[in-house]
Amino acid sequence: MTMVLMDPTAELNPDGRMPLPKPKSLNGLTVGLLNISKPRGDIFLDRIDDLLGQKGIQTKRYSKPTFTRIAPTELKQQIATECDVVIEALAD
Amino acid sequence: MSQYVLVVKEDCETCRLLASLTKRLIDELDITIYSQDNPEFPAGVPVIDDTELEYSFNHRLETVPTLLKFENESGLTELERTEGWDRNEWQRLTGLNFLEDLPAFRPGCGSKTLDPGMLDQLAVKFGSADLEARRLAIEDGEDEIEACYDRGWSDGLPLVPPTELRVVKMLQGTRRAPSEIIGNVPPDYAPCSVLKVAVNAVMAGCKPEYMPVVLAAVEAALLDEFCMHGLLATTYFSGPMVVVNGPISRAIGMNSKGNALGQGNRANATIGRALQLVIRNVGGGKPQGVDRAALGNPGKYTFCFAEDETNSCWDSYSVEKGFDSQDSTVTLFAADGVQGIVDQKSRTPESLCRSFAAGLRVASHPKMVMAADAFLVITPEHERVFRDAEWSKTRVKAELESLLQIDGAELVMGAGGIAEGLPDKFADKVVPKFRAGGLNIVRAGGGAGMFSAIIAGWGASGSMGSVPVTVKVGH
Repeated sequence: MTMVLMDPTAELNPDGRMPLPKPKSLNGLTVGLLNISKPRGDIFLDRIDDLLGQKGIQTKRYSKPTFTRIAPTELKQQIATECDVVIEALAD
Repeated sequence: MSQYVLVVKEDCETCRLLASLTKRLIDELDITIYSQDNPEFPAGVPVIDDTELEYSFNHRLETVPTLLKFENESGLTELERTEGWDRNEWQRLTGLNFLEDLPAFRPGCGSKTLDPGMLDQLAVKFGSADLEARRLAIEDGEDEIEACYDRGWSDGLPLVPPTELRVVKMLQGTRRAPSEIIGNVPPDYAPCSVLKVAVNAVMAGCKPEYMPVVLAAVEAALLDEFCMHGLLATTYFSGPMVVVNGPISRAIGMNSKGNALGQGNRANATIGRALQLVIRNVGGGKPQGVDRAALGNPGKYTFCFAEDETNSCWDSYSVEKGFDSQDSTVTLFAADGVQGIVDQKSRTPESLCRSFAAGLRVASHPKMVMAADAFLVITPEHERVFRDAEWSKTRVKAELESLLQIDGAELVMGAGGIAEGLPDKFADKVVPKFRAGGLNIVRAGGGAGMFSAIIAGWGASGSMGSVPVTVKVGH
């Protein structure tokens, strides 16, 4: 059964979970590039890496062991520790 | 002309006894009959189905049968009611003579609205629609405690999910209207209703009977002289400390004895936490947001205790502040953490005061003076030293004040090889550690242990920042 909760806040924000605010600029930030291990994800991320590099933005590369399962906790923690934002290559 | 309502249930012997009367009542009175269980009962007369108990709830039925009399001249106003069967009362209320073969008196049965747990459910069903708070649906498969975390409501510890039923029950702890606005909570200065306090009190784990104390704590926090906004926004360690005095502290089972400043007592733990959750959720004050504390302190989860007033040789803090000993009060102080004072040898008040003064002397920083107030929490074994010597609390304070006059040469910048300090102009002056009235004493703690505690306050104590505030607990 659906549980109904009463909002404890001043209701200044929309209900539901809010996404984190997007950074206004990538300058000075570290961008994680996550390949979920689908074919050709690496080609897409190579191109992104190249474009970011031309702007002097630091990147770090990561891969999931397999696209069929969610990322291992260790990998998520590593990305969260080392990066400010992450770009994920989802499709073939 | 009067109108009548009769509420019955079939599962009540007295109601069944009166079934034979109902035909005559219908014929001779302007009467409506409600049945709480079987809408076919009493047979042969028109009956309104109240198996949902809406009528019974809205009219606060406690017994069946109940006969209610209304006057219809200026709206439908209840004049009086009689519960059970009392021939004389019924005759008086209706003006009819009941000559039927009935006993003179039969008590009724409990209204179905009073079945265990029913009243709370009905309060949600028929009484919560006008509670003005956004409703958030937690879908099947979503963990409700994780959902509270996800929405940013938590101080880091799990919350009790604020369901309508829990909030309605919490509101039963106060006579104040849910919609009453008790003030604007910083830093967003959002209006805070009694209802929003109740929602946060549920999340904190409070019992409904704590509500008057939580409401008083929130009201105290919103007093201008307490300066909650500045206290929240400061880089300093402090947060609100709650001290409860008077009968309510004992009535709700607060801990003023062993481990009074520690964990393990529900009222102590949840009242302080509820206040912090109101500031977080209604006010929008969050760490690394407007809360700029460099370190904070563990008391910012919750810091609440009661003063031990039983068998004390001193006036309590609230009596010192002009309240009656039978008043219940809440005091808020902008407090840092606890600094212990160990003295197991002093048996004279002079010696013990010197110990206290030595500890107080270094609060915040050995060279920091006239900046932070402090509370000295004296345990019974230390209090005994003063009791035996017949020292009043006033005398203890005066002694400490005289011991805490500090030679300015020790306080100026560079003195003792420490850059921190006062400007050089204080070098030839004597400076008190605390501003006038800045040192307070309360009594709490277990019966064994010659330890007391200093709770130093915000470096911006006093009229320029925060002063301790005390408010009376209402209902």
